[in-house]
Amino acid sequence: MIAISDLTKRFGAITAVDGVSMKVARGEVLGFLGPNGAGKSTTMRMVTGYLPPTAGTIEVCGHDVAADPIAARRHIGYLPEGAPLYGDMSTIDYLTFIAQARGFTREAASPLIQRAVATVELEGVLHQPIDTLSKGFKRRVGLAQAMLHDPEVLILDEPTDGLDPNQKRQVRSLIRDMSPDKAIVISTHILEEVEAVCTRAVIIAAGRVVFDGSPAELRRRSTHHNAVTIRLGAELATEAKSQIEQMAEVARVEVAEPEHGTTTLVAVPHDGRPIVHEVSERVRSAGLAVNELFAERGELDEVFYRLTVGH
Amino acid sequence: MANTLVIFRREFQAYFSTPLAYVFIVIFLGLTGALTFYMGNFFGRGQADLQSFFFFHPWLYLFLIPAVTMRLWAEERKSGTIEVLMTLPISTTQAVVGKVLAAWAFVAAAVALTFPVWITVNYLGDPDNGVIVAGYVGSILMAGAYLAIGACASALTRNQVIAFVVAAALCFLFLTSGLEIVLAFFRGWAPVFFVDVIASMSFLTHFANIAKGVIDLKDLIFFASVIGFALFVNVAIVEFRKGA
Repeated sequence: MIAISDLTKRFGAITAVDGVSMKVARGEVLGFLGPNGAGKSTTMRMVTGYLPPTAGTIEVCGHDVAADPIAARRHIGYLPEGAPLYGDMSTIDYLTFIAQARGFTREAASPLIQRAVATVELEGVLHQPIDTLSKGFKRRVGLAQAMLHDPEVLILDEPTDGLDPNQKRQVRSLIRDMSPDKAIVISTHILEEVEAVCTRAVIIAAGRVVFDGSPAELRRRSTHHNAVTIRLGAELATEAKSQIEQMAEVARVEVAEPEHGTTTLVAVPHDGRPIVHEVSERVRSAGLAVNELFAERGELDEVFYRLTVGH
Repeated sequence: MANTLVIFRREFQAYFSTPLAYVFIVIFLGLTGALTFYMGNFFGRGQADLQSFFFFHPWLYLFLIPAVTMRLWAEERKSGTIEVLMTLPISTTQAVVGKVLAAWAFVAAAVALTFPVWITVNYLGDPDNGVIVAGYVGSILMAGAYLAIGACASALTRNQVIAFVVAAALCFLFLTSGLEIVLAFFRGWAPVFFVDVIASMSFLTHFANIAKGVIDLKDLIFFASVIGFALFVNVAIVEFRKGA
């Protein structure tokens, strides 16, 4: 549904987006990650036809965004960064304006608006000026605007930014519900969000794609993926360390400083292979009394850091 | 066309959703009245016409029209809504034309509300209503030219104050280019045809012709081409500055 190839954008001497290529298919929710200033918003602005690319092409639903911007825009719903809205209009007036600008008559727009309003629960604020709404409501008005015409492609720039945890949950489940028949791209800083809603994660840093894969793959990149953490009495730490270090499956053992008489050991496997059974077997046969023993899933922010800064 | 109308409606309503429209209309009517009757010496002239009324329009527009146009694009840019607007299936030209037409309709409505002065002059004497109609037509045409220039200035910046000042300065140039104060500056060194070109760009001269009741095609074409050219420049500025 979205095909980006070799997309480049320069602002004077600064290259904001540098040779980005990717495809997004129907049913995919692509999480677009990257540090601030990595080129996420710039890429999204080019896909929606707001910014012209310096080089490269973008196709949305078969329409070249540069050659036929109006046709491409019909298929896109877009929530820009910060969800900008006309603050002097009421919610209902704003959504009516958007529907009419998208070519719907007042009669045709009415059911669309009703559906969008019901989906993001705006019934209570329909006649309130947007300026007087809370941040959460504003964000939802922005979402209603983007999904109003039931577009095949949804581009949402930080859709959950500034929402409280409950609202975040709500928006995420909304995105999941819409996903089967759409191609959705969301940008976010929140790594957990990618696991919660996305089928695919793309990380860009300094304008280049540094990772493109599933959220699970992203986690597997962590050095601590499937590592086993053991907490036990400080007096047993040396014994436990030497026992575990002897195992062929274990690459290395990290030992933390004892706290309140308890030491934490982390057994890191080779290539992220699962070793929790082997380690627990070993600990039991050595007769070590442990307080806790569990497998790590790996830290996403560590992977994110290595991908975006480590390079 | 339908898209332009959608933009037009939103922009027109936007004027009335803030106090701007009411403040503008009250001040415009107050100033036209005061200027006509006191500075224009409406009664003392003893003439049944609206020369003293129309005389002040170019000067009033000079600072009132930039106030109407300054928000058109600067506000969109500041709040980021320009990104929503320019990713709707609407062309830049449709958006530009819709916005200027909305501002124009609003100003035309304010001008139309000066009708009591027309009633007054008809009650007091026997004016040539043809001349008065011509005056109104000319005034609204000239307002359109001011508006189109002001909209350009607004598209240049995200700061409404800058938009106002730039628009007022540009309008001032167009307004006074026929006056000796401006021409004298050029006369010393510029070729004669250049001075003539500058003199011919004056809103004042063209409006004065129409307000006298002489609707000359060349004055109409002048205002129409200023508006057309300003709209064209406006589209170019919006397109060019989208990313900035």
